[in-house]
Amino acid sequence: MDTEKTTGVKEDIRQKEIVLGSLRQAVLQNLDSSIQTDQFLLNMGPQHPSTHGVLRVLLDLDGERIKRSVPDLGYLHRGTEKIAEYRTYNQIIPLTDRLDYVSAMANNYAFVRTVEKLLQLKVPERAEFVRTIVAEVQRIVNHLFWLGTQALDIGAMSVFFYTFREREELLDIFEILCGARLTTNYYRVGGVESDIPQHVVDRLYRFIDAFDGNIREYNTLLETNRIWLARTKNIAVITAEDAINFGLSGPTLRGSGVPYDLRKFEPYGAYDQVEFDVPVGQNGDIYDRYWIRIEEMRQSAKIVRQCLDKLPSGPIMTDDHKVSFPEKGNVMHNMETLIHHFLLVVHGFNVPPGDTYCGTETPKGELGFYIVSDGTGKPYRMKIRAPSFVNMGAFDFMAKGYMIADIITIFGTYDIVMGECDR
Amino acid sequence: MHPVAESLEKRFSEIFLGSRESLGDLSVYIRSENALEVFRALHDEPEYAYDYIVDVTSVDYPMDPERFEVIYILYSISRRHRVMVKIRVTEDAPVVDSVVGIWKGAEFMEREVYDMMGIQFRGHPDLRRILMPDDYEEGFPLRKDFPLVGKGWRDNFSFVPRFQESRPEIEGKNGDSNSFLPS
Repeated sequence: MDTEKTTGVKEDIRQKEIVLGSLRQAVLQNLDSSIQTDQFLLNMGPQHPSTHGVLRVLLDLDGERIKRSVPDLGYLHRGTEKIAEYRTYNQIIPLTDRLDYVSAMANNYAFVRTVEKLLQLKVPERAEFVRTIVAEVQRIVNHLFWLGTQALDIGAMSVFFYTFREREELLDIFEILCGARLTTNYYRVGGVESDIPQHVVDRLYRFIDAFDGNIREYNTLLETNRIWLARTKNIAVITAEDAINFGLSGPTLRGSGVPYDLRKFEPYGAYDQVEFDVPVGQNGDIYDRYWIRIEEMRQSAKIVRQCLDKLPSGPIMTDDHKVSFPEKGNVMHNMETLIHHFLLVVHGFNVPPGDTYCGTETPKGELGFYIVSDGTGKPYRMKIRAPSFVNMGAFDFMAKGYMIADIITIFGTYDIVMGECDR
Repeated sequence: MHPVAESLEKRFSEIFLGSRESLGDLSVYIRSENALEVFRALHDEPEYAYDYIVDVTSVDYPMDPERFEVIYILYSISRRHRVMVKIRVTEDAPVVDSVVGIWKGAEFMEREVYDMMGIQFRGHPDLRRILMPDDYEEGFPLRKDFPLVGKGWRDNFSFVPRFQESRPEIEGKNGDSNSFLPS
């Protein structure tokens, strides 16, 4: 391990800590010294256009300032973990689509990686590259969606139209790949469902060539926009130490200057074969997280381009027929193959007993699956570590001392999706 | 044996039960009594430096005398290492010490474990249900003896009819409060 590097990071974090700590102190002092106005409880949600789903927050207010906020979760709880105990592994992949429904590909990826870790299954190289490309395209889709809605929440409507223009193009590509735009169900244990055709590769190249200019376009709308700056700078500040302590992940954590990114820390897929940077913030405020997501889109485009350049030929599905389906042509003509196909559909494949945790860097943060297998075709227990849920744990801490209107931007800065938060 | 497990065994011979490495994951088994000492050391000591809490979760093994297993997944950002600390508790006394004092992020995670599996966390500041409704009556849904379809709690909900349907129940119960419905 590179100790010099890590101590450097630590020193860096400590420096920022001092600045951020004093900034936070100022906000909290402001809360103490503000004019004591009427105190009251305000109920926000569960149906509110800015909560990005059904989320309820109880606010304890001093005038317009937030003294305490109590998130009330669970309105979108569907018991995914319980249902998963009654489904074969292949049947769970579509369930994961519905966790973070604006970046379903990333959820598929996180799940199949965990099962592959339990199976100790090697995925063909082309499949790894296709997965990485699709995961990064999904990151761009997610961040475009985030940028559009965060700006919309704050009141800048036009950004939304610009970002959705590009998002449409990418969702069309998803539609070619797997027939669906949002609930994709594209990844499989051992590979991916369909190959990436040449015309999609060309289309992706065209998209990336134009994308840098597109990002500049969004920035012209926001960079010097005074309302945007006033609503995002120095709002919801969290220090690196607190952010780590709360277990935040993704851009929310990196905004505070912690370079924690699983793509770098524990490389998977084709991430160790491409060059990219992990942007980190300095001030730990909403503006920095905005900047990080913008930069991440650029980096994702860079990764996609490198992967497309290096895209090897070969199979997209493992040849281990314990987990992969036999070819359809054989199924129609060969009795044994038909039985094999039937077994995989009805019983699924057996996973050796054991338990494992596997975390994946999704656009929202670290999405982890903890799976306990008892050797059968269904998981004995599956736990989903959802970044939105863990980030919500810091909500009261981050909202304290700010105004009611900032609640909206704080929801936005987590990039919260309730489907994932409540599972 | 992994060096972390080795040094834990040396320091906490009373609490440490064993360790296992599989698929590249390190699992450490400890007793539930005084477990907080271990967690405090894992967080504070630079030798371990597990400053990041990934998740707290639980598994139900109904046939086992120590029925529940609580799993703390910890990560050290500076050392880039992950460890799973596992504690077994019995069905009669499903209580472990809360680690919220060490990792603030554990608050929601432990609430979820309580909600889903019914394990109590001693010293937790706000141990309430988090995903299920506050008045949920059926117990703890992720236990193995809980049926997938539930225990019938939902069947007792009062029935709200659509506009065209007859609504004898509602009329009888609420009277005028439903006057917004077309007659």
